[in-house]
Amino acid sequence: MIRFLLKGILRDKQRSLLPVIIVIIGVMLTVFLFCWLKGILNDSVELNARFNAGHVKIMSASYAKNVDQIPNDLALIGVDTLLIRLKKEFPEMKWSQRIHFGGLIDAPDSRGETRTQGPAMGFGIDMLSGDHSEIERFNLEKSLRRGRLPVHSGEILMSEEFSKKLKVNPGDTVTLISSTMNGSMAMYNYTVSGTIVFGTGPMDQGSVIVDLEDVRNALDMNNAAGEIVGYLTDNYYDEEKVGQVVARFKRLFPVTNDEYAPVIVTLRQQNSLGNMIDQIKAVGAFAVFIFVLSMSMVLWNAGLLGGLRRYSEFGIRLAIGEDYSHIYKTMIYESVLIGLMGSFIGTSIGLLGSLYLQYHGLDLSSMMKNATILMPAVFHTRITTTAFFIGFIPGLVSTVIGTMLSGIGIYKRKTAQLFNELEA
Amino acid sequence: MENLTIISIEGLKKHFSMSGGKFTALNGIDLEFRKGEFTGVVGPSGSGKTTLLNIIGSLDSPSEGKAIVLGQSIGDLNVKHAAMLRRSKLGFIFQSYNLLPVYTVFENVEFPLLLLRLDDEQRRKMVMDSLEWLGLIDKLKSKPAQLSGGECQRVAIARAMVKKPEIVLADEPTANLDAANSHHILKTMVQLNKEFGTTFIFATHDDKVIGYLSRKISLVDGKVTKDEIKNN
Repeated sequence: MIRFLLKGILRDKQRSLLPVIIVIIGVMLTVFLFCWLKGILNDSVELNARFNAGHVKIMSASYAKNVDQIPNDLALIGVDTLLIRLKKEFPEMKWSQRIHFGGLIDAPDSRGETRTQGPAMGFGIDMLSGDHSEIERFNLEKSLRRGRLPVHSGEILMSEEFSKKLKVNPGDTVTLISSTMNGSMAMYNYTVSGTIVFGTGPMDQGSVIVDLEDVRNALDMNNAAGEIVGYLTDNYYDEEKVGQVVARFKRLFPVTNDEYAPVIVTLRQQNSLGNMIDQIKAVGAFAVFIFVLSMSMVLWNAGLLGGLRRYSEFGIRLAIGEDYSHIYKTMIYESVLIGLMGSFIGTSIGLLGSLYLQYHGLDLSSMMKNATILMPAVFHTRITTTAFFIGFIPGLVSTVIGTMLSGIGIYKRKTAQLFNELEA
Repeated sequence: MENLTIISIEGLKKHFSMSGGKFTALNGIDLEFRKGEFTGVVGPSGSGKTTLLNIIGSLDSPSEGKAIVLGQSIGDLNVKHAAMLRRSKLGFIFQSYNLLPVYTVFENVEFPLLLLRLDDEQRRKMVMDSLEWLGLIDKLKSKPAQLSGGECQRVAIARAMVKKPEIVLADEPTANLDAANSHHILKTMVQLNKEFGTTFIFATHDDKVIGYLSRKISLVDGKVTKDEIKNN
């Protein structure tokens, strides 16, 4: 009997191919949308994490309280020792020291007099030690527009927009005017090695990037750093893992009255990122819910219509002596088979498309030119465990429910009515 | 012909609820059918022929009265037992053949045997025998769409006869056939009736069918107006 029914499914394209195609399309779209929304959330979070917040950030207690003012006079000191301990105690994290600083960039004329000046937001990151992780994190090689990355001490990268504003080109000398850690005035000359475009408004407007040691020299911050940022080794922000790191850190470095004692904050606790994550998650979940619901209704109807289309066949089968429950069961088995096949294929195609965009991304930089918040210009999808089964909700569950409902119609009609419909 | 009553109907009434009240399709039928009869229920449209056949075939149940088919009271059967009766003892032939379009001739005829859970070999033998009686051996791999109307109806008869049922109920079996095919089909059914002793009950108003009947029951407005034995 099973072989007989399978033959019927395979030969009747309206019973097999068409429903499977509908399920495949519905499931594929569901999976892709889910991964897309996850990707947007993930990209936004990771962009903030890479440039600013880290997955966790360690600062001195006082620095943390005034972090918006970038108070380098309250920076962590003795960071070499602290870093050795962090690397030993938290092998699941990658740690990097950073110094954020503000100041003026002065571009002199041929006589050494000020030609142009502009306020700059500076990042002191490790570019010359041979460890490339910060260069990769800031995506500097791909962001380079003109010139090259710094290879010697005393070189600086400027955002392309800023360099044009100051009429500065690679090879020119600029002077950073800022304040040292001790509060005195700092003036330090750099040679512009290259210009960069990140594709995000705030980063492209007035930023400069200098090697960490050069900033230390300029700002008298020997063995000090404003922040130590930590990243999970797989580079994906995971609140559970980060929570475990924070708990262990707090056990190792209990809160004291020392204003220079290290404290840890997570990505969520910085710059209202927690709210942003929650909002994107809520909007994303709502969008996914609406889409899954819509697809469920489509597939539910497909199941319902598939069942109704076969009323005459059921009439024949009833007349020949098959009982209601057997017909109902075979209908459900068929829809489970079609739902499973469609969901499996649809999920596979959805995941393959998502996998491609997870690695290659979709460049929307032309649309993001005027963005004022730190948003990615290239959007990637993100495949999570849920993506492997979310398509089965519309694909399998809804299809089967649709079929079950149409099957109830058979029960509600009397045998003779079905028989008469068959004759009509 | 054995004088064994296999269908007994007493005071049978069937009402249908309609928007304006109730419609009485059968209004006090008393009939008996004996094994091996070749009987036709004859009457104009709406006289209750199909309703009577549906009740005998356990596709419907009486509103009042009794219909005992092969010792089982149709009104007392639940859906499972009614299906079991149809599966094992009854065969149906429809006006529009109602073959399953995606299956071959062989598979259409095999279907009732699958429901009886017979093994492969037994099924194959019975299907081949049935197709042979009906002269369809060369069509066993054809699909219904590839057959003529007469061939389709022969497949439907083969499907009804394959399990060698006690009773075959045929509702206007020649309505979609031309005269030549109608006579061919009817002769085949007469032959099967004689060879296997299967009881045939027709619902018809086709004179060609009436010509072959051994008993003719006339129905008008749900009542038997005439019950005559014919000498064919």
